[in-house]
Amino acid sequence: MGAIVLGDAPALPLHEAGKYVAAAYIVLFALVLIYVAIMAIRLSRIERELGELLEGVERPAGEPAAGEAPTQAPRESTLA
Amino acid sequence: MYGKGLRLLSISTVAAMALALSLVFFYAPLDADQGFLQKIFYIHVPMAIVALCGFIIGALLAIAHLRTRDPRWDMRSYVAIHMSLIFAVGALITGSIWAKGSWGHWWEWSEPTLVSFLIVFLLYATYQPLRFAIEDPERQARYASVFAVTAGAFVPLNFMAVRLSTAYVHPRVLGSTSNLPGPMALTFLVSLGAIGLLYATLCKYELTAKHTRAQLRALRRRLLGEGQDATKPRSRSAAPSVAPGATMSAQAASRSVL
Amino acid sequence: MGALLRKELLVELRTLESVPAMSLFAVTTFVVFHFALNRNSVEGDLAAGILWVTLLFAAILGVNRLFVADADQGGFDGFLLAPVDRSSLLVAKALTLLAYLVVLELVAVPAFALLLGPPFGNALPDLIGVLALGDIGVAAVGTLVAALAVRTRARDLLGPLLGLPLLVPIVIGGARASAPLFAVAHAGAPAARWLLTLGLYDLVFGLIAYALFDFLLED
Repeated sequence: MGAIVLGDAPALPLHEAGKYVAAAYIVLFALVLIYVAIMAIRLSRIERELGELLEGVERPAGEPAAGEAPTQAPRESTLA
Repeated sequence: MYGKGLRLLSISTVAAMALALSLVFFYAPLDADQGFLQKIFYIHVPMAIVALCGFIIGALLAIAHLRTRDPRWDMRSYVAIHMSLIFAVGALITGSIWAKGSWGHWWEWSEPTLVSFLIVFLLYATYQPLRFAIEDPERQARYASVFAVTAGAFVPLNFMAVRLSTAYVHPRVLGSTSNLPGPMALTFLVSLGAIGLLYATLCKYELTAKHTRAQLRALRRRLLGEGQDATKPRSRSAAPSVAPGATMSAQAASRSVL
Repeated sequence: MGALLRKELLVELRTLESVPAMSLFAVTTFVVFHFALNRNSVEGDLAAGILWVTLLFAAILGVNRLFVADADQGGFDGFLLAPVDRSSLLVAKALTLLAYLVVLELVAVPAFALLLGPPFGNALPDLIGVLALGDIGVAAVGTLVAALAVRTRARDLLGPLLGLPLLVPIVIGGARASAPLFAVAHAGAPAARWLLTLGLYDLVFGLIAYALFDFLLED
């Protein structure tokens, strides 16, 4: 009998225990999802800043830079 | 280049997690005493173990930082500790849920592992306030590393002390895992591996994001010169950041743009 | 290092900042316990717990003030310029804190006996031993934490915040070790297990504090 001993507590019936187990696994799921959300926010901020930088480079540099920058941008966005 | 192994790592994590969850719900037998509730064990204990190992890894990385003074080690140490803290929160919450389900109340002071884990958590919760209270980044990194090493040595000592203190007064409520039957032990090990991989993936993900942000800032500084930097001053932060070429002078930066 | 230690103790003797506050705090706390618990005497686990927790909080008071004068009045710079081994500052400060704790206990333990009257007549040498082991640990960790906290923004908060969790094993070890000394029926000896724990803690954290202190002093 190698089961884990847990005092004298009687086992909960399945439908009740299920709620607790589900809650615990939801906690894990939620933690990971919250992290995904945080990363998503960061990624959009990086995208915005890169966009601003590209604009900042295009304008002063004039025609030569503007020629290649727009072709870069559409290719990048298809990866998203 | 932090993102290099990230794809392989994340795919392995998905595979391991899928395998672990399948084992938990379709393979592992029902516990004789606790019934279905015992299934929480397969995520609660691995999260706690991974969090504690993460704290110790953070201490080792901090030692590397103190020896080499390379701020990248400090960043790795920071991410390790930060992520471990999140996993520790998860462990505490799932532990409470388990306690509520099996004993009817949310906490159990006579259980030494829970109590010592709580103390470790409270200690590491001061890591970020400590960092935030020091403005100079180099000093912040140094002091944080000192703290990380001290706290890392504290973890095993604390567990020892708390465990000793309840051994003879109250029978251990959560028995040791050395007498787990075969299928349960296998499921546990796979779950432990999956949670460990999850931790590694999230850490790598975080490091990559931080590095990317730092590269972006360096690029901004190089392209737009000193003026842009002055309008957006770096605010105080508790997080370390390493930028490539962060020490370039303004002259060199403007020369390379043209 | 002897000169440093002498200077620390002289400063304390002249300004009398820390030790009177610590002792007064301890005595007042015992009085509060006397009324809050509504008892004339405590024994066993309860007595040990009260004694150690009070000593811990009084020690935190001393820890907070340990480096403040140095940080505010530029004492660190003078020290760094001198051709001395930096760890000697750590040892001097730790010994100073240890001295404060000893004086604190010289006041607090009799007060404890008087106000909360646990029976421990002939167990005094054992109690002194346990207190000594605990004091060493508190001195080592307290000095490290004080040095860490003093040059941050919220130094009065961070010191206790960092120090209290780190000192928990000492409270556990000290209280468990001294509990049999306060028992009414049979004043036993402290369990070797706890003395070992305290000793191990002192050793580990003493070494760690010694190894890490240099890094705190750099600028």
